[in-house]
Amino acid sequence: MHRLFVAALLLVFWVLLSGHFTTLLLTLGVISMLLVSWFLWRMDRVDGEPSRLYPSIGLVGYLLWLFWCVVKANVDLARRIWQSSLPVQPIWSRLDTKVQTPFEKTLYANSITLTPGTLTTDVHDDHFMVHALSQEGLDELCEGEMERRIRRLGI
Amino acid sequence: MSPWVEILSGFCFLAGGFLCVTGGVGMLRLPDFFARVHASGLTETLATPLLLVGLMLQMEWSLELFKVVLIALLVLATNPTATHAMAKAALHGGRRPVTGGPAAAAQEDTSSKA
Repeated sequence: MHRLFVAALLLVFWVLLSGHFTTLLLTLGVISMLLVSWFLWRMDRVDGEPSRLYPSIGLVGYLLWLFWCVVKANVDLARRIWQSSLPVQPIWSRLDTKVQTPFEKTLYANSITLTPGTLTTDVHDDHFMVHALSQEGLDELCEGEMERRIRRLGI
Repeated sequence: MSPWVEILSGFCFLAGGFLCVTGGVGMLRLPDFFARVHASGLTETLATPLLLVGLMLQMEWSLELFKVVLIALLVLATNPTATHAMAKAALHGGRRPVTGGPAAAAQEDTSSKA
């Protein structure tokens, strides 16, 4: 069932990207869909833990919230860069986390990196190494708002 | 096209362009490699989507519009990976982030060049 869904999605993706309905292009689309499906099947077999992420309202809500954070961080960093005194104090430190599953970890680390001013350099079992341009940026992460929202998603 | 769409689109272009310039200035002003990576994030996380949204507002409803949305998603999804890869490579290469105020960082930078 899942494989059929992926295959259908890949076909739709091909048609949307090409926009042509000639026999040749549709045949090429089917061939590449089959090829990618086969690759995915092989990768799942080697990996042993196929991972699936289904879109949900919570995830969309989280992404919207993250986008708002990114906008705020962008404005803040732009302000710092244009100030003649250049008020940045780079800091590289350990950030303790409680996120468990690989999905949560990936999402959390990527969210941190996506926000300008903070950057994940290493991911360990119970902590990340985070580089931040200012103490405030790191403090905000330590407060754990982002982590709470990710854990509430329960993925 | 209504004038409001034109104005909104122009605003997106201006804001996106300004953020791109800011990223470039940050690249020059910030003290060390790790800090400069943040500046590059500035041009990717908000500037590119803003420019693309400005572009979308100028376009007709078509398949091309959807492709531009896909480009925006691709940039947003790959940016953290690229940023992380750069930082990790720098760490692996033995470079350590300079911490503390800008003065200390500037000193460190000149001494490492010498």
